[in-house]
Amino acid sequence: MIEATGLRKQYGDFTAVDGIDFAIEPGEAFGFLGPNGAGKSTTMRMIAATSTRSAGDLRVLGFDPETHGPEVRAQLGIVPQADQLDEELRVVDNLIVYGRYFGLPLDYVKRRSEELLEFAQLTEKRTARVDGLSGGMKRRLTIARGLINAPKAMLLDEPTTGLDPQARHVLWDRLFRLKEEGTTLVLTTHYMDEAEQLCDRLVVIDKGTIVAEGSPAALIREYSTREVLEVRFGSARNAQAAEAMAGIGQRIEVLPDRVLVYDHDGEAAMSAVHERGLSPITSLVRRSSLEDVFLRLTGRSLIE
Amino acid sequence: MSESMPTRTLADAGGVDHGAVARRSRTWGWWFVAEHRIRAMRSYVFSWVGLGIGEPFLYIVGLGFGLGMLVDANQGEQGVDGVPYIVFVAPALALAAAMQTAAQENTYGVFGGFKWFPMFFSMGGTPISAAHIVLGFQLSVLVRVLLPLTAFAVVMIVLQLGTVGGALVLIGIGLLLATAFGFAVMSWVSTQTDDRGQLSFIERFVVVPLTLFSGTYFPLETLPLLLQWIGWISPLWHAVELGRTALYGAAIEPMMLLVHVGYLVAIAVVCCLLSIRTFAKRLDK
Repeated sequence: MIEATGLRKQYGDFTAVDGIDFAIEPGEAFGFLGPNGAGKSTTMRMIAATSTRSAGDLRVLGFDPETHGPEVRAQLGIVPQADQLDEELRVVDNLIVYGRYFGLPLDYVKRRSEELLEFAQLTEKRTARVDGLSGGMKRRLTIARGLINAPKAMLLDEPTTGLDPQARHVLWDRLFRLKEEGTTLVLTTHYMDEAEQLCDRLVVIDKGTIVAEGSPAALIREYSTREVLEVRFGSARNAQAAEAMAGIGQRIEVLPDRVLVYDHDGEAAMSAVHERGLSPITSLVRRSSLEDVFLRLTGRSLIE
Repeated sequence: MSESMPTRTLADAGGVDHGAVARRSRTWGWWFVAEHRIRAMRSYVFSWVGLGIGEPFLYIVGLGFGLGMLVDANQGEQGVDGVPYIVFVAPALALAAAMQTAAQENTYGVFGGFKWFPMFFSMGGTPISAAHIVLGFQLSVLVRVLLPLTAFAVVMIVLQLGTVGGALVLIGIGLLLATAFGFAVMSWVSTQTDDRGQLSFIERFVVVPLTLFSGTYFPLETLPLLLQWIGWISPLWHAVELGRTALYGAAIEPMMLLVHVGYLVAIAVVCCLLSIRTFAKRLDK
């Protein structure tokens, strides 16, 4: 339902998105995972017909966003990175005025607003002014707002950035429900746990290009081992210790604060480290994550 | 899932025809913008009504009667422009208030809409276009301007300054002036991306000087020729000339009638187009 080939966005000399291809199917939860400045938000804006592409082809729900902006936006639910709510209006009025932009009749918009407030768990706040809401509540209201026109796909740009862990879980729960109901979700994130939790399929994006594509599990299988051993020797000694560990596991990655040993059996790797007479300050065996995939592909961490 | 749960989903709430949505928004988007802004005004309406009614009384009574007594005593029978000073100054006060309100709304509303409470960007995510935002915003400003204009007209009618019809026509002239001046302010403010205090220039260096030098408190001809040009380029002067003719039948050449209206319409159209261009550029990130 959304298809891009050779999609590019150029701002003067700077190339934000450098010729990417992707295709998103109906009912799928599709993610763009990458660090800040990778070109994720720019891609989202091009899909949403609020940013004109510099080159390439793009079809969104049957239309070219460049020539049929209103037709594309009529079918989408947009959750921008900044909430952009009307802080002067009451909670329920934010939904009503937004629904009117889609030309929906006032009585329909009013009825639907109540349903959506319930979905967003904001019914009690319906007459509160927006400037008094918490960050998580504002985010949920923005998602409710994006649903007002019964969109065929929801575009969520960094849906949980800036929220505390509890508020993130409440939000994920709501997004899960949308996903279960078959809503197509397109989201950007620089949180690997968010991508793992919500996305059926994702592309890893770095410096405006796609470096890998697949389901979270497939990406981890392809680019990482089953388990990872994390050992810390203190920042001054990590590099030296890593040299002494050479040959343990399938691959060793040295980060400023820790050394990562990639192996199918983390405990075995740990024993091998101890056998060489090394005694790390802390050690931890965990499952591989998308963070490891990103590290492998780009040599950098997602959150810097 | 229990049987009592609705089978339709939240996203697919049914009954929304997206093709019709796009068509309606292409036609009526400007109205939805105005509707949003008018809804937001509701929380201010009481303070506005208070100010809107209080201000005209204060100005007309203070300047018209107070200063008017002094002026009329000096001018004798002939008055100013053939009428008592209070009648001469009333339409100008009403129009100056319309200009000032339009300027304020377009300064802080437009800058804020991009920056402080970025409404224009969230509107940009809906099917409406930049032109709709520009037109709808200005329409909502006119609704706002209608308040002081109506209050002035009521005061004029109550105090029997000029004719009733004239006072009503004056409201229309005020709206034309607010449209022209509003778009002019918008076309500049929309190009400003950072607030470095320059926004207050409009009030201090444009609105106030234009009010003083547009034949508002005294006929433009009494100014030295060297300063009269300020009046000629001032939308307020053109509107005031029309307003005085409307209220008490001040003499005017038919040709000048066209010039005054044409000047205001031209400013409105040109500045509206400039604003649309700027809005479209800023919304396409």
